[in-house]
Amino acid sequence: MDNLNFISAEIFISLSIMFLLTLGVFKKNSSNLIHNLSIGILLITGILILNNPFDKNISLFTGSYVIDYLSSYMKILTILGGAFVLSISTKYLKLFKIFLMEYPILILCSILGMMVMISSNDLMVFYVGLELQSLALYVLASFNRNQLKSSEAGLKYFVLSALSSGLLLYGCSLIYGFSGSTNFNVIGDTMNSINYGLTFGIVFILVGLAFKISAVPFHMWAPDVYEGSPTPVTLFFAIVPKVAALTVFIRFLYVPFLSMIEQWQPILIFLSIASMIFGAVAAIGQNNLKRLVAYSSIGHIGYALAGVSIGTNEGIQSSIVYISIYLVMNLGLFSCLFMMKRDEQYFEKIDDLSGLSKNHPVLSLSLLIILFSLAGIPPLAGFFAKFYIFKSVIEQSMYFLAIVGLLSTVIAAFYYLKIIKVIYFDDQKEKYDTDHSIWLRISLTFSTLLILLYFIFPSKLVEIVSKINII
Amino acid sequence: MNFPILSSLILLPTIGALFLLFLKDKNSNTAKYVALFSSFVNFLISIYLWFLFDPSTESFQFVEEKEWLKGFINYKVGIDGISILFIILTTFITPLCVISVNNTIKNRLRDFLIAILVMESLMIGVFCSLDLVVFYLFFEAGLIPMFLIIGIWGGARRVYSAFKFFLYTLLGSVLMLVAIISIYWVAGTTDIVQLYELGIDVKYQNLLWLAFFTSFAVKTPMWPVHTWLPDAHVEAPTAGSVLLAAILLKMAGYGFIRFSLGLFPVASDLFTPLVYSLSLIAIIYASLVALMQEDMKKLIAYSSVAHMGFVTLGIFTNTQQGIEGSIIQMISHGLVSAALFLCVGVVYDRMHSRLIKTYGGLVSVMPKYSILFMLFTLAALGLPGTSGFIGEFLILMGTFKDNFLVAIIASLGVIFGAAYMLWLYRRIVFGNLINKDLLKIPDLDNSEKFILWNLAIPVLFFGFYPEPLINTIEVSVKHLIEMYNFNLNISMIEVQE
Repeated sequence: MDNLNFISAEIFISLSIMFLLTLGVFKKNSSNLIHNLSIGILLITGILILNNPFDKNISLFTGSYVIDYLSSYMKILTILGGAFVLSISTKYLKLFKIFLMEYPILILCSILGMMVMISSNDLMVFYVGLELQSLALYVLASFNRNQLKSSEAGLKYFVLSALSSGLLLYGCSLIYGFSGSTNFNVIGDTMNSINYGLTFGIVFILVGLAFKISAVPFHMWAPDVYEGSPTPVTLFFAIVPKVAALTVFIRFLYVPFLSMIEQWQPILIFLSIASMIFGAVAAIGQNNLKRLVAYSSIGHIGYALAGVSIGTNEGIQSSIVYISIYLVMNLGLFSCLFMMKRDEQYFEKIDDLSGLSKNHPVLSLSLLIILFSLAGIPPLAGFFAKFYIFKSVIEQSMYFLAIVGLLSTVIAAFYYLKIIKVIYFDDQKEKYDTDHSIWLRISLTFSTLLILLYFIFPSKLVEIVSKINII
Repeated sequence: MNFPILSSLILLPTIGALFLLFLKDKNSNTAKYVALFSSFVNFLISIYLWFLFDPSTESFQFVEEKEWLKGFINYKVGIDGISILFIILTTFITPLCVISVNNTIKNRLRDFLIAILVMESLMIGVFCSLDLVVFYLFFEAGLIPMFLIIGIWGGARRVYSAFKFFLYTLLGSVLMLVAIISIYWVAGTTDIVQLYELGIDVKYQNLLWLAFFTSFAVKTPMWPVHTWLPDAHVEAPTAGSVLLAAILLKMAGYGFIRFSLGLFPVASDLFTPLVYSLSLIAIIYASLVALMQEDMKKLIAYSSVAHMGFVTLGIFTNTQQGIEGSIIQMISHGLVSAALFLCVGVVYDRMHSRLIKTYGGLVSVMPKYSILFMLFTLAALGLPGTSGFIGEFLILMGTFKDNFLVAIIASLGVIFGAAYMLWLYRRIVFGNLINKDLLKIPDLDNSEKFILWNLAIPVLFFGFYPEPLINTIEVSVKHLIEMYNFNLNISMIEVQE
């Protein structure tokens, strides 16, 4: 029974999902209630996670499930992301008449899946979590079922994701066949010589994982799915699953296979460099902001993977700092997207931002700060995120990775500047509505201030993250 | 602990900008007075700082150190004789820029003033930071306000110029970031004072020097990466051009002295021929290009390239005269080029044309303007009695000491400089008054007179009496050269062994 105490958060969230489902069935017009309840549930789950001891590594269920600092931190990040997504998506959903009780429940389901992924220390548990979150995400992508694009996005994501899950499972079976166990620690212990069967297994699993975080060359689904999904779901896609998948990346590579770093490091470096360059170059031609976010997130994942590829604790920490700051920046960017509404219609083209600075000075100033931060210009938070990554990359004398990464920052800066140009230098258009919900204002203010003022206390976040020691 | 005077210098303009941001009343006058007040107070503080400054010691003064990135980087600021002059130049030019917006900026004045004040904070930060990462932070952050200044308030091709400015400089600087992080891992610190003492291992110096050089060469700008400058200058509003020419370009010269010479003496020695040749090309080529310009702002922009060529030449002579000359040349160029851009701005506001052929015979309609413009023209070509002369003379003296041939070629640049400046002056001010529209334009108004005289006084004063400048920098420069030669000798001995 002791074991169950530590997973009280997971148990709580699963029970709540069942309760909410029942509530939705028996009570008519309950979507508003369920929506608010699920935000509350997420917050309580967060408190339950904080309730666990942070400084201990707790291994549950014969070692297949771990609660440690990494898992707690990443779970909190996931839950915060989910709570913000839920709280700012109401208006959009209502407008498209898809404000249904299934939406918050699906988000809760996928968060539960991610929590399982984050804590998993066993291939089977990890796969169960992954599929739970993926299934919820397929439905979420096609949630705006009246629109062809949304259904297409869901179907596309489903087909390609199923393919990658297949590859991943094949990798799992290879590893099980060559090591005799699915538990990460046992695999690590039994592996005494370099075994090509295991290497194949690692490669297949990496392909599957790279697909989930949309790293090049497994990124093809991302732009279409990001564009087609309803905007709140795009926001969810852009931030939350990446946090979970990155944790699995770290745990899977560092717990059982650290001694095989020479085998997987080149793969990760390739994924990282390809994502950074492709994300920067392909975004230049985009005209749709959601598509652009897709490409920019591919680029950003490249930087986070650069941190993972290093093979040191500092590298992992820098990559976690990166994903945390990335989450905040995207939250701010999407809050701005939600504010581009006029006459019951949302706008998502870059041209629709034209001359925004004259009509909405505060909104455009926030966008300016967020975009420069995404471009990695000091003194904003995005710069520090990149700074930590390159600090640990250069520590290992991986100069090629550092220089390619920084040069692609310059290319990426071009398309962020292009948006800023449209906002600040072009002629103004009609005004947008200003009756935003309080949550939207809060999330925009919160993320902008965090990005802008990060440089005053830059070591706070690093101090929190520096307790993550995997190796 | 003493009053943190440098941090308050950095913060004060930003506080002014914040105040402007929350200003409900967008009335242009209130905004202007707030901006003027905060920048002028900053100027007074910096003068007071100069008064407190002790020129007889080479160590850094008014040092403030605070934990920033835990166990890694400290926020550290401090000044020596070299940086204080640049700080005063910054605080002196900014209020003048604020006054000059009167006629040039028609829309969104408040936002413009915010950008200028933020810019001032960042530039002061660049000149007094004593940690490489802090320096990089200020150095790069300056791109944001300048990008907006060019892009929002610029001329017809402003978007192209703003992008070019931003991307060129960013591309130059990212390599510097790699170098800074490498220095941290090689030497264990990014604190400049400690790095001066420890020195950097000779085997890394060349690559690190090149990385820093890329960044500073773009910012200087040196040939062949100078092409962003004419575009940026032509399109920027007058106050933007002034800031760009007077202070932004000096960041690079300052960087060369502080980092390239100070941290990598062996590499600097090795690459001196490279810098010499690029500087000579810049001087000769930019002067020739300036001769052929039809746009006044472009002409002055190219003259800036040529003048900065002299500066880099002087810095790498590694002689007392050369480096002192470069610093004085930078200060002088800061004042003179600011004044020249303002002079162009004056006639541009009246005629809305920057083409030289629009003008001619201005002396009969704008006599006061002609006198001041002449003074600055002469200062730009380095006439004795102006600050421009002191700088160029010292630089050439230092160069002669080091390399005779280089000095001869550089001297040609002085002649070209006289040619294009005088020719510009002749075409604008003298000659027959052909364009009848010119008859209607008024002479300088009070604020323009105020700004230009304020720039003219130091130009003349330091032209006749450069003692205060030289006194301030002498000990610091001497120390820099001693350190440089000391490190060079050590490495020579190591090589021989």
